[in-house]
Amino acid sequence: MADTNFDVVVVGGGPGGYVAAIRSAQLGMKTALVEREHLGGICLNWGCIPTKALLRTSEIYHYATHAEQFGLKVEGASVDLAAVVKRSRRIAAQLNGGVGHLLKKNKVTVIDGAGKLDGGGAGARKLKVEKDGKAVADLVGKHIVLATGARARSLPGLEPDGKLVWTYKEAMVPETLPKSMLVVGSGAIGMEFASFYNDLGADVTVVEVMDRILPVEDAEIAAFAHKQFVKQGMTIHAAAQVTKLDRAKDSVTATIEAGGKSSQITVDRVILAVGIVGNVEDLGLEGTKVKVDRTHIEVDGWARTAEPGIYAIGDVAGPPWLAHKASHEGVVCVEKIAGEPGVHPFETGNIPGCTYCRPQIASVGLTEDAAKEQGHKVRVGRFPFMGNGKAIALGEPEGLVKTVFDEKTGELLGAHMVGAEVTELIQGYVVARTLETTEKELMHTIFPHPTLSEMMHESVLDAYGKVIHF
Amino acid sequence: MPIKILMPALSPTMTEGTLAKWLVSEGDDVNSGDVIAEIETDKATMEVEAVEEGKVGKLLVGEGTEGVQVNALIALLLEDGEDASALEGATDAAPAPASPAAAPEAPAVPEAAAPAAAPAPAPAAPAAASGDRIFSSPLARRMAQQAGLDIATVSGSGPNGRIVKRDIEAALASGAPAPAAAPAPAAPAAAAPAPEGVEPAFDFEPANGMRKIIAQRLTESKQTVPHFYLTVDCEIDTLLALRKELNSRSDDYKISVNDLIIKASGVALRRVPAANASWTGDGIKRYHTADISVAVAIEGGLITPVVRDAGGKGLETISNEMRDLAVRARDGKLMPEEYQGGTFSISNLGMFGIKQFDAVINPPQGAIMAVGAGEQRPVVRNGALAVATVMSVTLSVDHRVVDGAIGAEFLAAFKKMIEDPMTMLL
Repeated sequence: MADTNFDVVVVGGGPGGYVAAIRSAQLGMKTALVEREHLGGICLNWGCIPTKALLRTSEIYHYATHAEQFGLKVEGASVDLAAVVKRSRRIAAQLNGGVGHLLKKNKVTVIDGAGKLDGGGAGARKLKVEKDGKAVADLVGKHIVLATGARARSLPGLEPDGKLVWTYKEAMVPETLPKSMLVVGSGAIGMEFASFYNDLGADVTVVEVMDRILPVEDAEIAAFAHKQFVKQGMTIHAAAQVTKLDRAKDSVTATIEAGGKSSQITVDRVILAVGIVGNVEDLGLEGTKVKVDRTHIEVDGWARTAEPGIYAIGDVAGPPWLAHKASHEGVVCVEKIAGEPGVHPFETGNIPGCTYCRPQIASVGLTEDAAKEQGHKVRVGRFPFMGNGKAIALGEPEGLVKTVFDEKTGELLGAHMVGAEVTELIQGYVVARTLETTEKELMHTIFPHPTLSEMMHESVLDAYGKVIHF
Repeated sequence: MPIKILMPALSPTMTEGTLAKWLVSEGDDVNSGDVIAEIETDKATMEVEAVEEGKVGKLLVGEGTEGVQVNALIALLLEDGEDASALEGATDAAPAPASPAAAPEAPAVPEAAAPAAAPAPAPAAPAAASGDRIFSSPLARRMAQQAGLDIATVSGSGPNGRIVKRDIEAALASGAPAPAAAPAPAAPAAAAPAPEGVEPAFDFEPANGMRKIIAQRLTESKQTVPHFYLTVDCEIDTLLALRKELNSRSDDYKISVNDLIIKASGVALRRVPAANASWTGDGIKRYHTADISVAVAIEGGLITPVVRDAGGKGLETISNEMRDLAVRARDGKLMPEEYQGGTFSISNLGMFGIKQFDAVINPPQGAIMAVGAGEQRPVVRNGALAVATVMSVTLSVDHRVVDGAIGAEFLAAFKKMIEDPMTMLL
């Protein structure tokens, strides 16, 4: 390689790493990106994007099989699974190519291989890149940004095998449609797959170790979603644990323990979605001052590790494990390195979370319980989809928009939504929180009619006893 | 690429500061840990150490520049092997220093001939010359209003200096222990304002951080705290004799009259704890220890270092602590926790020959004691005139917290100890 000296070397080409690399190059720093597998990372290749493609299919299939509700007759609607998976992969491939193009356009040097730091001190500025056991390059970076992401966590006795017990990766490319499935874990990943397979007709059981599904969401919203899932035919066991998986030839018998009782179910396939662990191995962190806490690299608000010149962003730097968190963190990190004026340290309070199951879930800020735990006296507003004209016209009357305000200051502490298209709506509240509006500005905002967004207005009005349509 | 040295945050709430002094010059070699500059915040001066080694390539912010935003680029260090040519790109990409007063030769004082309306160089972020729009979030405005805080005095840390929630929280957190204490300076005989354009010649001195806080806090105190005043005369001949006696016994300490007053106040507050209190808006806090803020005049203003638990400490301890605090206060070297969080204040102008004065309460404290000079005065004893050394003290009290009878009880306890100082040792 002609030139091995860079201002910034980014390790990992996911939504954190490639965005950091592009921004770094835009700021005039000589930048390299080291990626061992796919540009775009898990998000684009095996996560956010291909699952959205799959969920779009299951959504349309749901409409097709419920067409009579809209006055349509659709006969013989059926799933061509190979074509469904092919569409999802094609979309991932298209975007993967797009990332490569963006990096090239911004003159980022892309190096194919796995990067490893060469010890502590001065060695921490050196990165050895290998591919298939062969040395590819020795890079020197004034600043090295680790963006190596994370992978599915496995539990003892429940290890995935790729055939009967799946992680997200196998769940995304099924060869046949299982008739029954067990989903272990009810976070965003678990519930999206549960929803996908349930809508395509599988018999889905969800087991969650916490006392309710969607544990990070507002309790009221999670309870609302729980009811919807059960209504759609899912079986949900909360406060329960899968203790054993007995693998037969083409089925798995799972032992589920809950409340001191043990039961068994037999399913075709199991999906493990019990959280993730950071990819901190084989990075040469040993010998550096970089601190790792439970598979995540410790960083400050500028993504700096304890080793000068080494930074970490995205999933490997800890929760929330979200692509948009990684991207923003990457931008803050390299803008700070470049000495850009007006850069603000990364804050986690305004990161929205979206889950694309049916019904969708979206939220930002504090849940009602968390707000109270932090000592806020709160005012809570609620507005049901049932009271919104557009929701009824869409045939989506099930949903809820909830807002939590600080009673004294009128700060919008949090917003929580469940129902159709709420993942597209949440940004309104994120902007509101970022601009620090109070209830007054939200009340003064004119929301277009007829839209689902009117419910965001009504929920605020409800918090202050001024709701009109319910 | 040269190493960028950025304006450090010396405390979590600091958003800007004054670059008081450079201790290195361009071309100097520095090692990691060398002190390279002194930064002055509202009340303290702190040293900035180099984190990396190199040669000082360029100092980008002149000495004395105010309102330098935290994280603004202040200097560039050349790394080993780099020469001055490396600076060019770096300074281009660098953020402009926040202060408009960066050029040292720029006159900070408008020329006398300039119309009075010429605005002073605006401090970096907020406070903007009057009439300028102050960028702030709706939430920040409401929080400031609820707290009775003038938002123009707050520095903004949001995009383009916008004042946001955390700035208000920081201002409220750091605002509590104001450098108030002393009597409000008498307003210069306010002649009728001259019509614009014919104002007499003057020198304008832009307010530093301390001056802004004094102005803000004391205005707030006088406008929102219902003050009342109680004055009592104390005969101090016995106290002066005791002091002489104590000081003759050892060279390890030199107890001043002020040390005895601090001790007596501390003990009196222990005996009348209702006077050691502050108003919170919906109730009264009664403190468990008497932490006494003692006003110390320093260049450009004053500061109130705190003697913690003055009632529970011996005179020697109080005296030695106070001397150390006062010396470091004058050098601007106090740590925030050393001047924040007192429960009661003392302001002593006796050394200037002031007979008696009324001090302004230092919020959120509930009272401040103004101490005058000890001087020989005629007193009446058993129906006959006599001469005694008399010191007048005046207690300014927040009526929301302490009523007249409690204030009087405290002063009686104080007077008793001053006049019969052996009792303060009980």
